Amino acid sequence: MTGNAVMDVLQVTVLVLVAAGATVVVRTRERVRLVLVLSGYGLLLAILFFTFQAPDVALSELTVGAVALPLILLLAIAKVRKRQE
Amino acid sequence: MTPRQRRWLFAIAAAGLVACYLWAFAGLPGFGHYPGPYGPEILKNAIAQTNATGVVSAINFDYRGFDTVGEEFILFTAAAGMSVVLRKLRGEREGRGEREGRAKSPYDRARNRDLPPTSDAVRMPTLALVGPVVLIGWWLAAHAQANPSGGFQGGVILATAFMLVYLSGEFLAFRRLSPVALLDCAEALGAGAFVAVGLAAVAQGLPYLDNFLPLGQVPGAVSSSGTIALISFFVGIEVAAAFTLIIGELLEQTLLVRAGGR
Repeated sequence: MTGNAVMDVLQVTVLVLVAAGATVVVRTRERVRLVLVLSGYGLLLAILFFTFQAPDVALSELTVGAVALPLILLLAIAKVRKRQE
Repeated sequence: MTPRQRRWLFAIAAAGLVACYLWAFAGLPGFGHYPGPYGPEILKNAIAQTNATGVVSAINFDYRGFDTVGEEFILFTAAAGMSVVLRKLRGEREGRGEREGRAKSPYDRARNRDLPPTSDAVRMPTLALVGPVVLIGWWLAAHAQANPSGGFQGGVILATAFMLVYLSGEFLAFRRLSPVALLDCAEALGAGAFVAVGLAAVAQGLPYLDNFLPLGQVPGAVSSSGTIALISFFVGIEVAAAFTLIIGELLEQTLLVRAGGR
């Protein structure tokens, strides 16, 4: 790993958090809760990309993974739930 | 096969996979050591050749512009496919509610519940944020050559501004601000302009998507880097329109369209 110790600690921390977050996403069962967890995980991934010196990808992931994708999923869930009533 | 046997089979296969995975990992170059010839070559010549200090955008829109055209059309096709799939079928009506009166907002379909008005705690921040988000999105899309960002990121942030209008409770305002015809035009304009810039290079006898506009004096200035800034601007428009179109179609489906006869 590159020189700076603070960056190393930060990178390892974020990697561990991302691994834990992925486990949480997989183990969530309810649909609406899963969407919110996915949104938080998108934010965590954006932080991961940022600490690995890729701000372009971090910006894309932030908006797509934490805003657009959960919104699309929520709307799809709402539509399906409406039809089941 | 009982579930227990299946689990054992999975455990054996997974152990084999993990062994191969670790073996592959051991053969990778070290973390942060880039072994290939392409990267340092680009880093040496990018600023001199394109006058753009945002090297990622230079790669996206100049060195690998052809790949980016393909990506553009992935998003374009997704939005177009969504419009086609979610079109108004024969049995559906677009209504404002079961009551005959003029409902001010789309109503909630759950039986014993009235649509709660959006709380002020949500309305104020979202409406206050719409302006800054539009500004940030435009800035990111228009200045791809000078900072770590680009057309795609700026476009998505611009689309987020429209979503904020919806979130503040004003779905009909969102619909009025972003009518489908305008979004379709904007999206087609963005995608078409990207291709047209490439074809303009061909018209001058250069390869497709060659960077033929004057490169400007100072690297990273607003008017530098030739076609990179221009392409990024159009990509921003296209991406914003595509995302707003997708979200708008889904919102219409959820909030306005009623399945036939009810």
